[in-house]
Amino acid sequence: MRREPPQRLADYGPLFFPAGMLTVFFVVPFATMIAVSFFQREQGGFYTPAFVFDNYARFLSMFFGKVLGFSLFLAVAVAITCVVIGIPFTYLLSRSARKIQVVWLVALLSILSLSEVMIGFAWSTLFSRTAGVTNLFVWLGLMAQPQALTPSFGAVMTAMTYQAFPYTVLVLYPALVRLDPTLTEAARTLGASPVKAFFTVVVPALRNTILATLIMVFIFALGSYLLPQLLGRPQHWTLSVLITDQAIYQSNMPFAAAMAVFLVLVSLALVGLALYAGQQRQAK
Amino acid sequence: MRDILNAKLGRRSVLGAGLAGASMLAMPSVLRAQDKSLKVGVYGGFFKDSFDKNIFPDFTKATGIAIESVAEPTGEAWLVQLEQAAKAGAAPADVSMMSQVAMLKGQTTKLWAPLDAAKLPNSKNLIENFVNKYPDGKIAGIGAVSWYITLVTNTQAYKEAPTSWAALWDKANADKLGLLALVSNSFLLEVTAKTFMGGTKALDTDEGILKALEKLSEVKPNVRLWYRDEAQFEQALKSGEIPMGQYYHDVTGLAASQGSPVRSTFPKEGGIQDSGCWALSRASKKTEEAHTFINYMCQPAIQATLSRKVGTSPTVKRDLLDLTAAEFASVSSDIEPIIPRYDLYQTKSDFLNQKWTEMIAG
Repeated sequence: MRREPPQRLADYGPLFFPAGMLTVFFVVPFATMIAVSFFQREQGGFYTPAFVFDNYARFLSMFFGKVLGFSLFLAVAVAITCVVIGIPFTYLLSRSARKIQVVWLVALLSILSLSEVMIGFAWSTLFSRTAGVTNLFVWLGLMAQPQALTPSFGAVMTAMTYQAFPYTVLVLYPALVRLDPTLTEAARTLGASPVKAFFTVVVPALRNTILATLIMVFIFALGSYLLPQLLGRPQHWTLSVLITDQAIYQSNMPFAAAMAVFLVLVSLALVGLALYAGQQRQAK
Repeated sequence: MRDILNAKLGRRSVLGAGLAGASMLAMPSVLRAQDKSLKVGVYGGFFKDSFDKNIFPDFTKATGIAIESVAEPTGEAWLVQLEQAAKAGAAPADVSMMSQVAMLKGQTTKLWAPLDAAKLPNSKNLIENFVNKYPDGKIAGIGAVSWYITLVTNTQAYKEAPTSWAALWDKANADKLGLLALVSNSFLLEVTAKTFMGGTKALDTDEGILKALEKLSEVKPNVRLWYRDEAQFEQALKSGEIPMGQYYHDVTGLAASQGSPVRSTFPKEGGIQDSGCWALSRASKKTEEAHTFINYMCQPAIQATLSRKVGTSPTVKRDLLDLTAAEFASVSSDIEPIIPRYDLYQTKSDFLNQKWTEMIAG
C-alpha cells in the first residue's frame, strides 16, 4: 500500500488526541510557568500579575550559578555512570540464556515500582552507622567499627544510579539484542580480542543508542530532588531542591518558576548540543 | 457495551442529571440540611491520629457535625495549596490548623475568612496573644494549640541531658546534629540571638541578622542532617544514628513514653514556642459549622485533653485548666520561651531565605 499524504482535514484526525493531550498537559502548564516567572513577588504574601525581570535577576548570582553547575554535573555523572555500567551489563545479558534474561529484566523492572522516597530511605538505612552495610564489614573483619556512609556525594550518586539504571538497560536492551552477532564474529576472526571487538565494533555500532541513553538519564537525573536531600549534605542539594523550597516552603512561585524555566532552557540547550555534536560526527 | 450505553444514558438523561446537579449546587441550604459536616486540616501523622482518636468523635457526639479530617503537610506547603485552591473557589479543608508564619502570610492575602467573635464565646478563655487579628481588628484565627521545639538527645549517646542551646556549637558534637532545614521553621536565628546576642531584639537590623547567621554558620560542621521531613530525623534520633538536634517537645515526649531512648530538654535559654491557629478558608461555605468547631476547641476541658493526649501546650489561660503541676510541666516549662520573630518572616522573608540558603549550602 502506498502511503498517501493527508488530503483532507479528517486525515489528520488521529493526531488530534495526542496533540490535545500535549497541549493540555504540557504546553498550557509550561506557558503558565513562563508567565508566572515574570510576575511580581509579594513578600509575606503571594504574587501579582506583572511583567518584571526581578526573578531572573535574582537567579543570576554566583551562588545559584554554582548550584546549577553542580546539578548539571551530578546529572552528567549519573548518566555516564549508568551507561558505563549499563552497556557491558546489557551486552552480557543479551548474550545469556532466555530464562536468565527474563529473571534479570523482571528484577530491574520491579525497581521501577519503588518510589523515590522508598529508594531514598532504603539507601539511607543501608548507609547508616547503626544498621548499615558497614556492620557487615565489621563482622567480616574488614573494618574496625561501623561508620556512616551518608550523607555524602557517593551516597547520592549510588542511589541516583540505582534509580536510573533500569531505564538505561531498557533503552539499551533492544538495540543490543538486535545487534548482528556476525559483526563481532567477523572481528574475532580477523584477530581482535573479545574486549577489543567490544570496543571497536559493538560500541561504535551503538553510538546513537548510547547518545540517546545518555540524554534520557541526564534529563531524568536533573529532576531529582528527593535523593540529594535525603542522602546528601546541603552542598549536594540540586537546583530542583531549591525550586521546591521556593515553591512549597517560601510560597515564592515567581522565583521558583524562573528557576525552573532556566533549568529547562539550559538542559534543552545541552541536549541540542549533544545531538548536534552527534550529527557532526556522523557526517564526517 | 455500546448498546447498553446508548440505551441507559441518552443525551436527554445526561442533561437532566446535569440540571438536577446544578440546581443542588445552587441551593447549598438543601445540602447543608442533609449533612452537617466539616473538613478540618490537621498535621498528618501523629497529630491527625491523636485528633481522630481523642477529639473529633466527642465533638461529633456533642454537636452532630461530622468531621472529615484532612492530613495537611507542615510548613507552608499547605498554605500554598489552600491559596491556589481558594483562587479557584475551592477549599480542600474548611478549617485548618496553621502555624504562625503561614497564618500571617495568609492574612496578607486575606485568605482567612474573618471570624465572628459573638459566635465564639469561649474565645475569651484564650491567652491574648493566641488570637490573630487583621489590622482592622477582625479575627483571622484562633489559637488551637501551642508547642515547643526543644533540644533533644538520644539517652544512650548522651547520659547527661544538655542544659543549653550552646551544646549545638560544642566541637565535641561534630557530625551529630539534626536541625530543621529552613529559616522559617527552625527559628535558629532566634536561638542564636537569645543564646549569644542577648535576645531576639538583636535581629532588628540587617547587620544583627548577618551577625547571627555568621555565628550560626559555626554549627555547620556539627550538622549531619538538615531535615525538611520530620520522620527522617525522628527515626535517626531514636536509633542513635543522629543523637542530638532540635525537635518537637510533644512528639519526643510521646516517643519516650513508648520506650524510645530519647529525651527532650528545655535549655536554660528557653524552648522555641510556636503555635497553631484554627483558620477558616475564605472559599469555605461552612461558616456556621466552623464557628461551632472553633468555639468547642476553645473550652478549657478540651485544651486539657489535648495536653494530656497530644502533648501540646494549652492556649487558654493557665488558671482555667484543671491540669496538675506535673501535667503542665510535661507539656510546657516555666523557663521563658524563645518567641520567634514572626514579623521578620513577613517583611524580610526573601532576604532571610537567601542568606540562610547561602549559609547552609554555600
